[in-house]
Formats: sequence, structure tokens, C-alpha cells
Amino acid sequence: MKKASIFAPFKGWKYLFKKPVTVPMDDIFKHPRESQDNYRGFHVNDWDKCIGCGTCEDVCPTGAISMVERKELPDVDGSKPERPAVDYGRCCFCALCVDICASGSLSMTKEYLYNSPNPEDFIYMPTDQDITGREHKAGYEKTESSDLLDLVRKPMEHVDANERKQSFIEIVRGFSKEQAKAEAARCVECGICEKTCPAHMNIPEYIRAIWEDDLEAGLNWLYQTNPLPSVCGRICTHMCETACALSNRGEAIAIRWLKRYIVDNMPDDEYEKVVMAQVSAKGEGKVAIVGAGSAGLSAAYYLGTLGYEVDVFERMPLVGGPMRYGAPKYRLPDDVTTHDIAFIEKLGVKIHTNTEVGRDVKFADLRKKYDAVFIATGYPHTRGLTIPGIGHENVKMAMEFLAASTDYETGRGEMPGIEDDVVVVGSGNVAFDVARTLVRFQIEKYGKSSVKMLALENEQQIPADKEEVEEGGEEGIVLHLGYGPKHIVTDKKGKLTGIEAAKCIRLFDENNRFAPQLDEEAIICVNGKQVYLAIGQTSDLAFLPEDLKDQVKIERGKIVVNKDNQVRGVPGLFAGGDIIRGMDIINGVADGHAAAVGIDHYLRTKMK
Amino acid sequence: MKQVKLFLGPQHPGMHGNASIHMYVEGDIIKKSYLLPGMLHRGFEKTMENRTWMNNIGIIPRICVPEPDPNEMVFANNAETLANIEVPERAHWIRMLILELARLAAHLMAFGGCGGPTGLYTAMYWAQADRDGILTLFEEITGQRIYHMYIVIGGVRKDLPKGIEKKILDYVDDLERRLPDYEDLVLNNPTIIARTKDQIMLPAEVVWELGVTGIGMRSATGKAYDIRKVAPYARYDKVEFDVPTATYSDALTRIRFKWLEMHQIIRIIRQVLELMPGGKVREKALDGSALRWQVPKGQVYTAVEASRGEYGYYTVSDGGIMPYRVAVRGASFPQGLLGVEKYLPGHRIDDAALWFDTMGICSPEIDR
Repeated sequence: MKKASIFAPFKGWKYLFKKPVTVPMDDIFKHPRESQDNYRGFHVNDWDKCIGCGTCEDVCPTGAISMVERKELPDVDGSKPERPAVDYGRCCFCALCVDICASGSLSMTKEYLYNSPNPEDFIYMPTDQDITGREHKAGYEKTESSDLLDLVRKPMEHVDANERKQSFIEIVRGFSKEQAKAEAARCVECGICEKTCPAHMNIPEYIRAIWEDDLEAGLNWLYQTNPLPSVCGRICTHMCETACALSNRGEAIAIRWLKRYIVDNMPDDEYEKVVMAQVSAKGEGKVAIVGAGSAGLSAAYYLGTLGYEVDVFERMPLVGGPMRYGAPKYRLPDDVTTHDIAFIEKLGVKIHTNTEVGRDVKFADLRKKYDAVFIATGYPHTRGLTIPGIGHENVKMAMEFLAASTDYETGRGEMPGIEDDVVVVGSGNVAFDVARTLVRFQIEKYGKSSVKMLALENEQQIPADKEEVEEGGEEGIVLHLGYGPKHIVTDKKGKLTGIEAAKCIRLFDENNRFAPQLDEEAIICVNGKQVYLAIGQTSDLAFLPEDLKDQVKIERGKIVVNKDNQVRGVPGLFAGGDIIRGMDIINGVADGHAAAVGIDHYLRTKMK
Repeated sequence: MKQVKLFLGPQHPGMHGNASIHMYVEGDIIKKSYLLPGMLHRGFEKTMENRTWMNNIGIIPRICVPEPDPNEMVFANNAETLANIEVPERAHWIRMLILELARLAAHLMAFGGCGGPTGLYTAMYWAQADRDGILTLFEEITGQRIYHMYIVIGGVRKDLPKGIEKKILDYVDDLERRLPDYEDLVLNNPTIIARTKDQIMLPAEVVWELGVTGIGMRSATGKAYDIRKVAPYARYDKVEFDVPTATYSDALTRIRFKWLEMHQIIRIIRQVLELMPGGKVREKALDGSALRWQVPKGQVYTAVEASRGEYGYYTVSDGGIMPYRVAVRGASFPQGLLGVEKYLPGHRIDDAALWFDTMGICSPEIDR
């Protein structure tokens, strides 16, 4: 320790001759100091990237951010026409908004000087320009460690490829309670999924119910918009997941598996309470529904809850349409379909199976006997192909094959006659259903499998779900992508030996219409003893009487309907599902619901 | 003699801006005094119960403005203890670096702060300028100068920026060279000595009575009670440093202790920069997005050593997305609230501000 001295403090005078560390007042305004690179200054928002999810608003600890609707923005799937506005009178510059931003559009600049005599000026919607309006440098940005979203999906357990291809055991095991809660915790409740879902299911609400471990509330939410939750929890095309805000930077929430978790884990008695609780029993009138697929059953359920007398006519021996006769059992076990349908029947809905409208019942009679008729006949037939040799007996159709396989898998029929080496034409989900079913049949019959797929689409264009492609590959299916079928090859004895195909050089024309162009020089031959066609389905409206056929307007194979699903120009006749929107179970569910609302409205007005 | 009612602060060069002392004086001797907190009107603890675990990062640094980081540290530490989260090794070392830089900034402020009540404004200006150098380092590391919001549940928010190590070393080298000047300016200054030596005493009995910790306790009782030593957190058990102690606590001793501790801080910072391993800086162990983080049910108290003493949070979680209860043990609560009432009377009016400064008081942590 040095000694105290009266001179000691004066040593500080040496700093008189050093450069001052202070900043002159003038410099503060004219040459403001540039902040550090990581500085949390004012916000900037890339409007092209921003999806308007509002997660920034939710996380803001000071309530400084509010989402503002902008009319000029397109209202499309996967986004909302809203953008954040920041109130700098409240903002604490914590940058949690940047760290949680689902799209990664928000960041901050190095700017820190702004003033205005007008208080309104401090509320600002950041664009690529911050509030100062000056040219700026980039400041704080999110990093992997600062990210506040959980971008990784909780892994779903699958049955191993070698084990699963031996039988029709369901592949996806389903979430445990812990897994489901952890997956549900990833949701930011932006509701973009809900907007995109054709049935507008209350997705954020039922995910929250799972997270809060309140399955009864969750099931209630499901039945508000979807009476086939067990089915949709397995084979829905999950447009919600494609739109999920988290999919912008990471993996979408497993919405479909979460829905399945609710239905799989609700005891039957509790389940029934929820389903039956929706019955209000007020409507008066009789409604006939043609077709017991997703649209027909959905309409039947909601009409049933409104107290209408509902009769459903189904040509097949079992109820469910493509759920029963299309989806393979490894994706949708039979008892699951039965489970959903049983509750619809409990409402008092009468389903007449083995009753084909047009053959067993006249359509005109339905129109006379019932106050309203809903057509939901779907796309029952496989689309044909016009190439030489297509009439060969070993060229099979996807829908017929899948229906026959269902009968075999459920013990109601023989195994369809299959060969040990086959080619499936097509690359949609149905094509994969056919191919993967064939793998299982071949292993059962021959002990090994040889299934090839041939499709016009290349790897990027392939319409099937990613997991179908992956899982199909794991099960040993060989893909020949980017080739269009030319003709069926047979040997001298007339036995089918394969299919010849030419390279596809263009799939869509300038107007983005499907118009494949083949290179006749680049030819391959895919060998096989059978060819399965799975290149799409078509409707069958032969049951419509001639006079109605003129009144019903059909565009590109689809019936034209009004907003309430009423067939344009034909009062009391409603249509929905595949025949108005194309193939998708969730479209059917949505249409069934919309048609039920439309029919209810129609009947109330009519009864008056 | 007639008693006069006087306010010291909140607008007073020697006071802290968000509290005031209500004094009754006779002549120039304080006869009665009370602390008047409440100028912040924030209700930190209650506010924290209504914010998610992550959102609380916006409010907790404000509980001690000059040294916000211990708040972030104990808050994160409590949640990590309840949720059993293993913080990455590198994050421990970065946390130590941040906490020591913050301690250095706080000591500089308080050390120079004795210049305000004594008229030695040079000390205040020097210390503020040197503190500003640390704030610039904070700005570069965390993105802000004052409210860093950097230590979060699971580690720290971002890794250190490239090249910051050298800037920190240059800074501490420079400060170390200047510490003798500070000694001459303040500690060897006969005016300061006249005002502080054998004045504003803190007897050991008062330490035990009120529960004073930090420099007050160490200078009065000779006990080396420093949480970094007695219950090491982060990686304080891996670095070497000394804890100065004495058994005679006048104002001068307490000012000197800050100066002595600055040497130790510089020593720790150098070791941290040398020993800090690589690797990730944050463990994301809580499920889901930050909007739905849930901390398992339970209660926990942990403390860290702040520049003013033991700084602890008692946190209760009911398993929800927000803390059920957080109680802050502000290091200056005993001397700041109770001490002002019981032990400030008897001193001269002009010593009141110096009393407040050397006792180590930060008013927001009393008014929380």
C-alpha cells in the first residue's frame, strides 16, 4: 500500500495531455458512433419471407408488437395477410421476436437514434427499412443457439421394413403420452394450418388440449369439423403440415399423428359421450346420401346431429368407400375405419350396403321420397391408358386390385392372382398403395418380392407423399422415374413380359397444363409379368337420369356446385367430395360438413 | 433543538435516482431516517409470475440496473436446477466472463461513486469512462449495453463474437495499468481519507444482526464469505482468486475493498479466457417452443455473489409455463432498508450519501 500524500491525486493531471475519451456534443448528432455488429437496434422485416404467423406478437414481453392486416397481401395457404407493427414506446429491444420468428424474416439494425415530436410516429411496421428511414447496417440476427422454436419433430416409431413387409401390420406405432405432449409443445398456435385445412379443423385448439392433457376437450374439437378423426389421423394428406409455420425453417408439427393420438387414447365410453353430446335433434326432414365414403359419412354425421332422418346408400358390402377399399391395412387398419363409422351409425344414421343407386334403387325415386339428396359417389374407377396391348389380361386396374386385396386381408375373399415380378404404372399415393400391397402379397406367396414402378414424373415432381417414397424404397420397390409408357410387351406366346417406355422430356406445357412430351429415341423396357395401372381415378355418374344429366353441369369430370354444395340449377340436390374437388379424404369430410349445413339451410327454408 | 425534515434524493448527485432517504435532522445530525423505495412502481416479483419463463428475460435485468447479470444467472440457474438441465461447459465459462465483467463495471461505478458525495468528480468521471469500455464489450457480446438479456435457461443466448477475447484482454490490461492512478486519486487522497477513515463504521455485530453480506461482511468480520468460494457455481472452483478480508470496516476500507477486488476480477477474467473450452453454448432441454416451456414442479433457492453480496432467487414452479413465485434476495436489502432506519441516524447529513454508497446499495433490488 502506497502512502497517502497531498500530492497523490494531482498525478491525475498527466491525463490533461492525453486524448480525451469523451465525445463532443456535436459528434453525437453529426457523426453518431456506429454500434457493434450484434446490436439490438430497430426492427427490419422481410415481407416476402414473413408469413404473418404472429409468433413475434405472442412472445413479446412488453406487448409492443401487434399484427396488422394488410389488404394488398395475398391470402394464400401457408401465410396470413398480416404483418407485425412495433410500438417503440413499449419495445424493450430484447429481440425475443427475432429469436422466435418462424419464417426468419425479422432481424434488427445497428440504428439506435430516432426521434419525432409526434407520438404516432413511434408505431411502425418494419419492412426492409427500419423506423429511422436511413440507410442502415444489419445488427442482431438469430443463431441456432438463440432460436426459441423447437424445429425438430419428436421421432415417430415405425415398424422396421423387414418386419412390416411380411404382413399388413400397421406401420406407424403412434405417440406415447410423453411424446405427444412434447410434440404438442412445439406448436405456436398461429392457426395457419387451420386456414389451409379443407375442413378448417380447430388444429391449434386440439393440439393445445393434448399439451394440457385434456383429451376430452381435444376430441370435442375434432368432432366440431371431422367425424372421421381416426381415419384422418392416419391417412389424411395433411395440407396443414405443409402449411405449418414451423416448416419454414424446420420440421412441421406432426399434426396428423397428434390427431390420431387423441382418438387412440380416448376410452370408448368417454368417446361416445363426446360424440353423442353434439346431437341437438331439431331438424325435420329426410335426406338420402349416395355413397358411404368420407363425404357421405361426414354429411350423414352432421345431418344426424341436427336430427334429420338420414339414409345412406352404398353399393359395396362394407361401408367406407376408399377408406375401406382403397387404403391398405398397413396404413389404415380395418377396425379403425369401423370404429369411426360405428359412432356415426349410433346417431341413428341408416346405412344400406349392397345397394347401388341406379341398379337397386332408382335415383328418381330418391328424389321423390326424400326432401334432399346428397351425391358423394367419389372416384371409384381407375383411369385407363390408351397404348398398344393395354387390353391384355395381365394389365390390372388399381382400384379393383385394392378392393380385392381388402377382401383378402379381411378374410372375405381369395388373394388376387399375382405374379412374382410386376410393374406398377403411376407415382401417386394410390400407386404406392398398390406397389406396397403387391410386395406383401409376393412375400406371402413367393417368399420374395420384385415390384417396379414406372412414372412420367421425375423425383421432384412425384405426387406421392415423401414418406411413401421413402418407405416404399425401404421395402425394396425399384423406381423408374421420368418415363412415359409406350406399349405393353408380350412374347411370341402372348405372355406379358414387360412395358416399354420413353423418356419424358416435358410434363407441363407453357400454360402449366399437363401435356407430357416423350423422347421417342430414349426407350427403356421394364420387365414384369403383370402391369398395374394407377394413374388416377374417374367418377361414375351413370346413375343420373337423362333429364338430370342435362341440368347438372360437369366441368372436367367434376360437378359444379354453389357455395353451399347445392348442384347449380337443381334445388334439393347436393354434391360433394371427390366428384367436385378431386381425390382427398379430408376434402370429402369438409364437403360433407358444408353440404350438411347447406341441406339444413335448404330444408329449413323449404319447410317454412 | 428543532427537528427539520429533509429528503435525500431521488434527485441528488449522491443518490441513486430511484429511492430516497427521508431524514429528520437536528443541526447537521440525522436523528431519524427511513428509506422510501417504490419509485420504480414495477412490482418485479409479481410481474414475473405473469410472464413465461423466457419472457422474464425482459424484466429480470432491471432488478439491478448497474449489475443486471446476476439476476439472469440465478433465474436461469434455478430453472436449470428444477428441470435438471446440464449446461454446456463453454456456457459456464462464458457466464463467468459476463458475471466478472459486470462485477467490474459495478465496482467501478461504486468506487467512482464515492466522488459524488465528496466532491471528487474526477473519480466519478474516470470510473464512468472506464465502465463505458465494459459496456461496449457487452454491446458486442450481447447486443445491448445495459440490459444484456444474455444468460438464459440452458446456457447463453449466443456464442462470443470472433476476436472479442483480445478486446477483453486489451481492456483489462489497460484498466490494470490505471488502477494505481485510481489508488492515488481516491485511496491516497487526504481529503477522502479525512471523510472516510474511521467514519461510517460497520461493526461485526451489525453484520450479524442485519444479515449483511458481500464486502460489508468481509471487511467487518474477517470471514471470507463469498458465494464463489463457499458454494461455487458456474466454474468458479476451477479458477484461482483471493477474497480480501478485514476486521475493521470503516468507509475507507470498504472503498479500498472494491479496488482490491478489481485486481481479483482481472485475474479471473484472464484465467477464464485461457481455460474456456469450445463447444456449444446452449442446451435446449425444455420441450417445445419458448411459448410452452414448462419447468418441473418444485422449489429452489440459489445464490450468486454480486458486487454487493449474496444475490439469490427463491423460485417456485408449479410445472407451468410461468414461475409460480419468485422472491428476490437483493444483496443490499438488509443494509439498504433496515440499516438506513437503524444505523444511519447519528451520522452527519453530508455523510448520508457516502453511507449509502459505501454500504453497497442498489435500490431496485430492495424495491422489487
